[in-house]
Amino acid sequence: MSAPTYDLGRLHGGLRLPAHKQASTAQAVLPCPVPRELVVPLGQHAGDPAKPTVTVGDTVLGGQVIARQAKRAGASIHAPSSGIVKAIAPRPVFARQGDDGRCIVIQTDGKDRFIAAAPPCADYRQQTPEALTELIREGGIAGLGGAVFPTAEKIGRARQGNLQYLVINGVECEPYISCDDMLMRERPADIVTGAQILLHVLGIDKAVIAVESDKPAALISLNSAIREAQDPRLTLRQIPSIYPSGAEDQLVQLVAGIEVPSGGLPSDVGCVVQNVATVAAIADWITRARPLIERITTVTGDGVSQPVNVLARIGTPIASLVAAAGGYTDRAHHLVIGGAMTGKAMSNDAIPVEKATNCAVVLSALPQPGPELNCIRCGECAVVCPVQLLPQQIHWYGRARDQAQLQRHGLMDCIECGCCDLVCPSLIPLTTRFREFKAVSRQLEQEKARATRAKQRFEAHNLRLQRAQQEREAQLAEQKSTARSAGPDAIAAILARSKDKKRSGDTEADD
Amino acid sequence: MLFARRSAPFIAPQGQVTLVMRQVLFALLPAALAHVYFFGPGLLFNVIIATIFCLATEAAALQLRNRPALPALQDYSAVVTAVLLAFALPPLTPWWVTATASVFAIGVAKHLYGGIGYNIFNPAMAGYVVVLLAFPFEMNFWTAPHIGDLDYQHLGVLQSLGYTLTGSLPDGFTFDALTRATPLDAAQSGFAAMQIFEEIHQNPLMGDFAGRGWEWIANFVAIGGLWLLYRGIIRWHIPVAVILGVMVPATFFYLFGAGANASPGFHLFGGATLLCAFFIATDPVSAATSPRGRIIYGLGIGLLIYAIRRWGSYADGVAFAVLLMNMAAPAIDYFTVPRIAGHDHNGKGDDS
Repeated sequence: MSAPTYDLGRLHGGLRLPAHKQASTAQAVLPCPVPRELVVPLGQHAGDPAKPTVTVGDTVLGGQVIARQAKRAGASIHAPSSGIVKAIAPRPVFARQGDDGRCIVIQTDGKDRFIAAAPPCADYRQQTPEALTELIREGGIAGLGGAVFPTAEKIGRARQGNLQYLVINGVECEPYISCDDMLMRERPADIVTGAQILLHVLGIDKAVIAVESDKPAALISLNSAIREAQDPRLTLRQIPSIYPSGAEDQLVQLVAGIEVPSGGLPSDVGCVVQNVATVAAIADWITRARPLIERITTVTGDGVSQPVNVLARIGTPIASLVAAAGGYTDRAHHLVIGGAMTGKAMSNDAIPVEKATNCAVVLSALPQPGPELNCIRCGECAVVCPVQLLPQQIHWYGRARDQAQLQRHGLMDCIECGCCDLVCPSLIPLTTRFREFKAVSRQLEQEKARATRAKQRFEAHNLRLQRAQQEREAQLAEQKSTARSAGPDAIAAILARSKDKKRSGDTEADD
Repeated sequence: MLFARRSAPFIAPQGQVTLVMRQVLFALLPAALAHVYFFGPGLLFNVIIATIFCLATEAAALQLRNRPALPALQDYSAVVTAVLLAFALPPLTPWWVTATASVFAIGVAKHLYGGIGYNIFNPAMAGYVVVLLAFPFEMNFWTAPHIGDLDYQHLGVLQSLGYTLTGSLPDGFTFDALTRATPLDAAQSGFAAMQIFEEIHQNPLMGDFAGRGWEWIANFVAIGGLWLLYRGIIRWHIPVAVILGVMVPATFFYLFGAGANASPGFHLFGGATLLCAFFIATDPVSAATSPRGRIIYGLGIGLLIYAIRRWGSYADGVAFAVLLMNMAAPAIDYFTVPRIAGHDHNGKGDDS
C-alpha cells in the first residue's frame, strides 16, 4: 500500500441524532420464553441460503445442526430448542420485508433439551487457528452487527492480510438500538474472552474495544472486565457519539486513523472488525459449547408499551418479542427491523428473530413528508456525508443518467447511511434515489460486461475461422508448390498412388 | 399484525427551503431599516413592487409550464429575489424599471432555465443588470443620506411614492437637489479628475470608511450575514472568499498605489461588497457547490468586483462579478470534486 496521506482519526460529517435508547436500557435484559413454534430462516446469512440437514418429522435437540451453508466457510444453523421439524416451507422473513422465504419450522416440545456436548475445546490456546476457524464456522457464528457475514470466512480473509488490530465494535451509533449496550453491561467478561480467542486465531496482539462515549455504564463494566483479565493486549477506546461512527469503515478510520480503500476491506489496512455480540457468541461457543441460537434484541419505539431488551431464541416471532415488551400501543404503525436510519420496514410481525435481528422498532405513523422540491444545491448533504461525497452532484448526475460523472463522484462509495436525507431542505429522499442509481449502474455494468464477452467470443470465432482458412490455403499452396517443384514424374506418381489407394479401398470394401 | 412499509431513514427530516428563505429575509431586516432611515422609504416601495411582480411572474411561469404554483410561491425564493433586487436598485426608481427587472429575473433568468434549482444565473443580479443597461438614466437617483449635519433636500413618504408610481418629481424638486453620487461614483469621478483618495475623502458624503449612511447599512448587512452563518443557513466559504477577494487587491494597491486607490475599508463598506458576500454570492443554486469550489468562486467574485471598480467604467461591479462567476461555476465544480474517503488524491480507489 502506498503511504496514506489521509486525515487521521477523524470522521468527516456525520450527525448527532436523538438516541432514543433510555427507555429500552432502563431494565435488565428480559429472557423471552421459547414459543410453541420456532421458524428458522435458511437465508439469514450473507451468501447463498443454507441447505437443510434434517427432514420433516425429524426430532431435533437444541444445539443440533439443522442446516449448513454450501460455501466452505459459511455458517451453520442450529436448532434453537428441542422439538420436531414440522415443515420446511416458505414463511414471512426479514430478507423479504415480511414476504415469504424458506424456513425450517420446529414444533417445540417445551422441554428445551440440548445436545449433550463437551465444550468443543477445553483450552483454545492448544488449538491451531485453522482448527478454531473451522469450529467457529461449525458454531454458526456470523456478524451480529447486521451484515451477518459468516465470521469464519471473515477471519479466513483477514488472515491473508498483514493484520495489526482487532477492532471490537461496541459503538452502536444508530438511534433506538441498545442490544449491544446491554450486552456490554451484562456480559463484559464474555466479550473479553471472545476477544482473546480471536486474537489467538488471528495471531495478533492488539485488540481495541470501541464504545461510544454516551454509554458510560458499558464503558465502566468493560473497563473492570479488562482490568480483571489483566491482558495488556486489550484496550478500551471511547468513540464520539456521532452517527455513523459505528459503520465498519468509519470505525476503522476513527480507531486506526486510516481510511479503508474504496472497494477494499478493513484488512487491507491491517484491521479486522467484529461486533461485540459476535465476540461474545464466539466465547459462548468455544468455552461453553453453546452455538449461536439466541441473541439480545431491542424492542422499542413509541409503538410498544414497555421498551426493553429481550434475550430471544432465533426463530421466535417478533410478535412474541413485542408481547414481552408489553404489547403494542394504539400508535403502532411501522415495524422497522434495525435502526431508524438504515433499518427495513416489515409488513408483518410474524417474521422471526434471526441472527441479524438487533432491534425491532415499532413507530407511530411518521409525519407525511412535505412535497419534494428541487435541489437548491445548498450543499448541507455534502457537509454531513461521512464519505465526503457531494450528494447534490450525484443526485444531479443520477437524474441525467451520466454514468461517467456518477463514477467520478463516487456513487458506489455511498454507504447509504441516510445522513443526507435528514438535512435536505428540499426533502429529497437522497438515499433511496442513490440505491436506485446504484441498481441502474450495476445493471449497465453487467450489460456492458456481457456485451464485451459476446464481442470477444465473436472476434475469437472470426479469428478461428480466419486461421482455419489461412491454414487450408497454406496447405494447398504447399501441396501445389511441392507438386510443381517435383515435376511431371512426381505428379504421375501421386496419381498412380491415389489410384492404388482407391483400388485397395474398393477391394477392402468388397471383403 | 400487518404494518405499512416505507424506506429508511425513519426519522423525519427537519430542514425546509421555506425556512431557509424566511431566515434570509429576517437577516436582511436590520439593513432594510437602516436603508429606510438613511435614504428614505424608496426601498420599501421597491420591495413591494418587486415582490408583486416576482410572485406574479413566478405564478405565470409555473402556469405556463404546467407545474403546481402554490408550493413554489410558498417557498419564498421569489421574495428573496425581489428583496435583493430592491436593495440593488436606487431608492428613487420608477415602478416600470423595478417591474422589468423582476419579470426578467423570474421569467427569464429563473424559469427559462427550469425554475428553482436549475438557474445558472443569480436571478436578482440578472434582472438588475438588464435594467442597468436598459434604463441608465433612471438608475442614477440615489437619494442624499439623511444625516443631521448635512443639509440636503428630502422627499416625503407620499412624494417618494409618487415618484415611484409616475417617474416624475413633485413641483419644486430637482434631481440635482435630491440626489447625491454614491460613494463609489464619487470616488470614481474623483480619481478621474486626478484627485488623490485623501482629497476624495474630504467630500462631506464620506464617513469613516465609505459613504455616510452606506457604511452603517453595510454594518447591518454584516450582522444579518453573521446571524445566517451562526444559524448554519450559509457556510463561511463564500463570504470569507468574497471579502478576501476584494480586500487583498484593495490593500495591495492602496499601500503601493500612492493615493490613486481607495482604501480597503472603503471597498469593504462602500457599495454592495458585504451584501454580495453574505446574501448575493451565497445563493447556492447559482454558486459552485463543493467547499473548495465555493472558495474559488468567492475569490473570483471578489477579485472581479475590485477589478471592475478599479479599471471598469461602472462604479460598482457586484452584479457583473456575480454573473461572470455564475458562468464559471459549472467548470469550478468539475475541477473541485473533493477527495472521496478511501480514494487517493487523484480520485482513484487505492486498491494496492
